[in-house]
Amino acid sequence: MNSELFIIPFNLGLYFILIYSVVRSTVWFRDLSRSDKLRLQRGFFGRPFMQSIREIFMESLLHRKIFRKNPVLGYMHMSLAFGWFLLIVFGTIEADFFGERHLNPPSHAIFFRWFNPGHGDTGFASVYNFWMDLLLAFILSGLLLAMIKRFIPGMMGMKKTTRHTWVDRLALISLWLIFPARLFAESFTCGANGSGSFLTGNLGATLASFLPAAQIAPWFWWLYSLALGTFFFLLPVSRYFHIPVELFLIFMRNSGITTGDRSSSYTEVQTHACSSCGVCISVCQMSYAAGIHNIQSAYFIKGLRNDRDISAITANCLMCGRCEEVCPVGIELGPMRLIERRQGERQDSIPGFLERYSLTRKRSTIERLPTQSYSYLEREDPARADVLFFAGCMTHLTPSVIAAMKKIMESAGVRYRFMDEKGGVCCGRPLMLAGRDREARELINHNSDIIWKSGAKILVTSCPICYKVFRESYYLEAQVMHHSEFMKNLIEEGSLRLGYLHRKVVYHDPCELGRGSGIYEDPRSVISYVAELQQATQEKNMSLCCGGSLGNLTLASGKRALIAADAAKILTQSSPDELITACPLCKKTFVQATDTKVSDIAELVAAALPEPARKARSRIRRMTARTLADG
Amino acid sequence: MDQANKFGFTINRSRLIDYDRSDRKVRDYVTLMEPSFRLCFACGGCAATCTAGYHKSFNLRRMNTLIRRGEIEPLREEVTRCMLCGKCLLVCPRGVNTRNVVAAAAAAIRKLDRNEL
Repeated sequence: MNSELFIIPFNLGLYFILIYSVVRSTVWFRDLSRSDKLRLQRGFFGRPFMQSIREIFMESLLHRKIFRKNPVLGYMHMSLAFGWFLLIVFGTIEADFFGERHLNPPSHAIFFRWFNPGHGDTGFASVYNFWMDLLLAFILSGLLLAMIKRFIPGMMGMKKTTRHTWVDRLALISLWLIFPARLFAESFTCGANGSGSFLTGNLGATLASFLPAAQIAPWFWWLYSLALGTFFFLLPVSRYFHIPVELFLIFMRNSGITTGDRSSSYTEVQTHACSSCGVCISVCQMSYAAGIHNIQSAYFIKGLRNDRDISAITANCLMCGRCEEVCPVGIELGPMRLIERRQGERQDSIPGFLERYSLTRKRSTIERLPTQSYSYLEREDPARADVLFFAGCMTHLTPSVIAAMKKIMESAGVRYRFMDEKGGVCCGRPLMLAGRDREARELINHNSDIIWKSGAKILVTSCPICYKVFRESYYLEAQVMHHSEFMKNLIEEGSLRLGYLHRKVVYHDPCELGRGSGIYEDPRSVISYVAELQQATQEKNMSLCCGGSLGNLTLASGKRALIAADAAKILTQSSPDELITACPLCKKTFVQATDTKVSDIAELVAAALPEPARKARSRIRRMTARTLADG
Repeated sequence: MDQANKFGFTINRSRLIDYDRSDRKVRDYVTLMEPSFRLCFACGGCAATCTAGYHKSFNLRRMNTLIRRGEIEPLREEVTRCMLCGKCLLVCPRGVNTRNVVAAAAAAIRKLDRNEL
């Protein structure tokens, strides 16, 4: 039959994408580091395999995470992914079961109705037909939602939707054409043969009543095949490459591979696994509070994928980590951005259309020379101490926090030494956030030297920025504690006796302490010990950034103020007496953004300390005297 | 020399900064990359709070003057000392994005060396 030629575009596309995916994954596997290769091999033949299968079902097909965020958006993704999956599975079974032969080529299942136009009038076959029509209707309903979302993003709880390149658009159009083309192709064939179920049958009968269905049907079958073929060919260079790549990513992640601090094939896989869904855009405070709409993670990844010079995008991010929390694919966006910051400048080399298919990419970089040098720092010989207190640069700008910490430690009888009392050296985290690890190492070595020499067992810091870098990048014997953890320990062991303040407070999780270091509960338990803690609408892993973040080198102060004002407004919705934070930088930023009193957790605890006995006695004497005088 | 020490200070050698001939490349680049650089009114708050300045002569306010005057050579050394800790950012009454001024100045010097400015 000559008209069967229409299966050619589909077949070409299908075999191309299958071979391409296999080759590309092989190259990715080859480029993994030795240890990561072992991890992946071990993961493939162990428990992580089942975990991955489960995750693929729950996330790649059902899209559970997106469902949780917004049911309509979740339904849209599920109907397209899971619906299409079911359509392929049941289509294959149908072709195998009702077709004249077993083990058919894929095209036979995809174009089943063309090959068996009169099939499915009686008994089980008609039930099966009904089911296949239902699946098609399921996908088409999702497609309708997708079209609505493209034009009215607000309907799906999205504040913004992603802007696309022309390849993405072409791929999108071909994807959108696939299912309507199938619907009309099947309907016309059914209409010409008087078969089909509730959808294709009825539509077919209606169309056939005034159109020459048998002549029109092949055109739609051609369209269906062309749409599929185009989609498959564009897959590797469009955002839809995430569909096969995400599966690979899930296996890699469950095998225990992490991003690390340099680009590898894992970062490459993550780059391609991004679906540009735009969930990161709608949680980004830079977007909805400061009106900057071009730097969000989706655009960052897109720039990486398309080899653009994205240094401005890379630098302009608060590194708060909210996008990473909501990313349905689980891409480690923070580490990815840091890797790119370390790269420094890049040449803007836009690859040609065909170059995008290349299996390995050579990215042009200009070698980064060290910009800073701290050889001027003099070595110090500190006195020995068990507990070392490191206030950090930011805390030095909030002297009240230092005073509160001193008061607390004295009251608890902690023998400590104040490491940077006379102005220490920066912890190195701001340099690392700027992608200057080599320079940061100099500061880290300087501080480590002091800490080791002091023989400290515990290093307490009141700045989450320092805390994170002490914990992750310093090699220390001392246990690193944030002051909220330290205070919690003091309270629990009974060395800190506290009164109760009758205040309603809201706690703000600093980014570096909460999402950055996973400390959510310690500050909360300290606060509930001394005051009434109210819940904020966005807290813990979805807590807001104050806008002051040192992670952004380029953001203007006016934009920071907008973010701070927005965050402060949300945090003080329940009109608390005080807004408590655990970071001196957050405190400094919020003070300017709200009328509510802003305090550090140390200040709150210090306020709850009972007064020294002599002062208290004189106060009681004064009160008694006043009562007597009144009486 | 002895005379000078007696008073505890010396007389500076007279210097001439010709603004018509000074090298504006670095200044222009820094202003382009960080427009808030223009807002600086040289109050010196940044220099007073500076972490690096505590250990070594590093002075953002002086850097500002050097950039404006186009004195590249002394600037070359100066930009390498900043720790990017961000105290100056919080102290600045004019909202100058101080850390980016340092970063932009360093980038400008690198570009100058590569003849890209």
